[in-house]
Amino acid sequence: MINYIIRRLLYMIPLLLGVNLITFVLFFVVNSPDDMARMHLGQKYVTEEAVSKWKSERGYDLPLFWNDEQEGIEKVEETIFFEKSVGLFFLNFGRSDNGRDIAADIGQRMWPSLAIALPSLIVGLLVNISFALLMVFFRASRLALWGVTLCVALMSISGLFYIIGGQFLVGKLLMLVPISGYDTGLAAIKFLILPVLIGVVGGIGSGARWYRTLFLEEIEKDYVRTARAKGLSETRVLFTHVLQNAMIPILTGVVVILPLLFMGSLLTESFFSIPGLGSYTIDAINMQDFAIVRSMVFLGSLLYIFGLLLTDISYTLVDPRVRLS
Amino acid sequence: MVVYWTDGLIFFLVIMIVLLGWRTAGKEHLRRPWRKVAENRMGMVSLVVLLFFVTIGLLDSVHFYPDLEEGSAHQSNEAISLFDEWVTPIRVQDEKSYSAPFANRLFAKEMVELTDGQVVWDYPRLHYGGAHLHDESRKTADIIGLAGKGMLHGLAIWLLAIPLIYFLKQRTLKGVGHNLIPIFKGETVLPLRAIALTFLFLSILTCSAAELALHYHIFGTDKVGQDVFYQALKSIRTGLMIGTLTTLVMLPLALSFGILAGFFRGWVDDLIQYLYTTLSSIPGVLLIAASILMMQVYMANHEEQFASLALRADMRLLFLCLILGITSWTGLCRLLRAETLKLREMEYVQAATAMGVRRSVILVRHILPNLFHIVLISVVLDFSALVLAEAVLSYVNIGVDPTTNSWGNMINSARLEMAREPVVWWSLAAAFTFMFTLVLAANLFADSVRDAFDPRRAAD
Repeated sequence: MINYIIRRLLYMIPLLLGVNLITFVLFFVVNSPDDMARMHLGQKYVTEEAVSKWKSERGYDLPLFWNDEQEGIEKVEETIFFEKSVGLFFLNFGRSDNGRDIAADIGQRMWPSLAIALPSLIVGLLVNISFALLMVFFRASRLALWGVTLCVALMSISGLFYIIGGQFLVGKLLMLVPISGYDTGLAAIKFLILPVLIGVVGGIGSGARWYRTLFLEEIEKDYVRTARAKGLSETRVLFTHVLQNAMIPILTGVVVILPLLFMGSLLTESFFSIPGLGSYTIDAINMQDFAIVRSMVFLGSLLYIFGLLLTDISYTLVDPRVRLS
Repeated sequence: MVVYWTDGLIFFLVIMIVLLGWRTAGKEHLRRPWRKVAENRMGMVSLVVLLFFVTIGLLDSVHFYPDLEEGSAHQSNEAISLFDEWVTPIRVQDEKSYSAPFANRLFAKEMVELTDGQVVWDYPRLHYGGAHLHDESRKTADIIGLAGKGMLHGLAIWLLAIPLIYFLKQRTLKGVGHNLIPIFKGETVLPLRAIALTFLFLSILTCSAAELALHYHIFGTDKVGQDVFYQALKSIRTGLMIGTLTTLVMLPLALSFGILAGFFRGWVDDLIQYLYTTLSSIPGVLLIAASILMMQVYMANHEEQFASLALRADMRLLFLCLILGITSWTGLCRLLRAETLKLREMEYVQAATAMGVRRSVILVRHILPNLFHIVLISVVLDFSALVLAEAVLSYVNIGVDPTTNSWGNMINSARLEMAREPVVWWSLAAAFTFMFTLVLAANLFADSVRDAFDPRRAAD
């Protein structure tokens, strides 16, 4: 087990290196720092001095991979790649293009993101599983057919409509909760209800349909037939035997996204103006702050790869038949 | 005549599909799953709706420079499409600003000069919407009358079309009444009644919408007075482009890498696996955002390459498809690799190897055709997801060009309109109606294709 984890952790290194290289090529090779500077300062009427000042303030005035002017190890160290990309491995995100400390911003903003994402996940999971179980319980009946059709219809509505519609209905017409905003501590709850609710409703379509197929696959298996032959009631079979076994793929599917919960949701956070990492990323994209976008890409990949590792470990925990080697 | 990049590619795709269909039609074992799709009522109804959208999208993809007409400000040297030509009335009948659906007056009050020279603070009449009305109280009756006229047209077209199709198929009109009875009783193997009724519905809807659109703005007008119905119709092309061209980019990558990894194994497999694990571990939206940002910088610095606004918007749409394709091939590649691993151990592949068939021939003859169902299922499933993704990306400002008509851009602008008092809801409603119809039809069709092609579902 320990061996396996160590090996997997080592495998993360080339993966992250690859991610790093891709983002580096995207941000610095496809377009030179000169282009970025011009983009920020405006296309026309920009003097050379202004461009080089912008670059040197942000440390973009070094060579990309190899610095001929320096001596020894500094040939490699005094380059954009070393300064901007290698630092990411040690979670050293540097400063954003307008001078703020990115690491501090992330540390501060990940908690509101989590405050929305975690309740949405848990409530969503409960709702989806119950809905899917109901559809399986009434399978091959008109009710289940309508349930599946409802799921497909819900799936076909863009997430944007859920947010806009929810804000309009609950926030503006019924005036139950504030439309957007955020507060610290317990006062945040009234701002969180609506985003969580919308997150749950928006996810029912695809979630419940997916869980339904998992349950249906499980219900074909031999142990279910045995259980029925023993004379157990259908409810008992469904809610204990099938549910427990189908929880394996469901839970492992959830574990993958657990670390990514910190990243928050781009749409929800920006619509509800919640100061989380999602709205941070959107703002960075809109302001074309490349340093922040680069950091978020790296952080997201890191968390995802970490989630994959957690998934493998959780398999061994919930399913004794799986052994890691 | 002017061919944009996306126009050319979409027609290339259409030709490919036609060729594929022609090949399939000759082979019984390939036709069987398709017949299963054709017998599915839900699948065929949604296919008719999809084809309706595709027709509009394709008509909107044939561009040309219109002849300059005298005294018309609209016809400059901007290329328009066949579809634009067809809907010219709603394209050029711009109002001053917001107006509600079926309104005959503007949404906001203005200073209006009456005929006797008096100036009052009132809602001014629209230039086009309901301009033919002398007596405004008769508006409802007028609308109902126009809609009824359109419905009759639609019904007439449908009634004429059925014997025509019958004649084209049977080369005679003999026994048309007799042979149509089982269709209307719903006793045919193919769900012909459902298809015919969908056609009826669509033709009535189109005709009454066309009739009404000549005199009113069905979905109102937007901030600069453009007809929202026209925008929603134009957005169909954008949605279809994103959904299909992305596939064109994604397929070669996924197919070649997936087959190579599965067939050759060893270091090729390791390398390709590493490649797709790396790519798929970057969160999709962020990778797209990063690529689009970089593209914007590139475009800003190479303005001379993108001569006209339309060309620029077209290139951006193409780039978006390219980027979406590059970020989304990994999932399909993984599936194809697994299936190839399974297939290469099959006895017929071993037999071919034993008989000295070259590896390239084995790949093309024995492996590739057996991967077809996976490719097809994932392509139709991806389509609706991509149409939905376009809206989200446009909202984050990393989607299509702001000047391109798209549902994402409509929703984006509707966000501010929803905060107005009273609410301007029609842009959002139009985008919702069209998008929901397209995506729902695509989802239902994808379901029927999956049921027919997936061997695991073939049993039931």
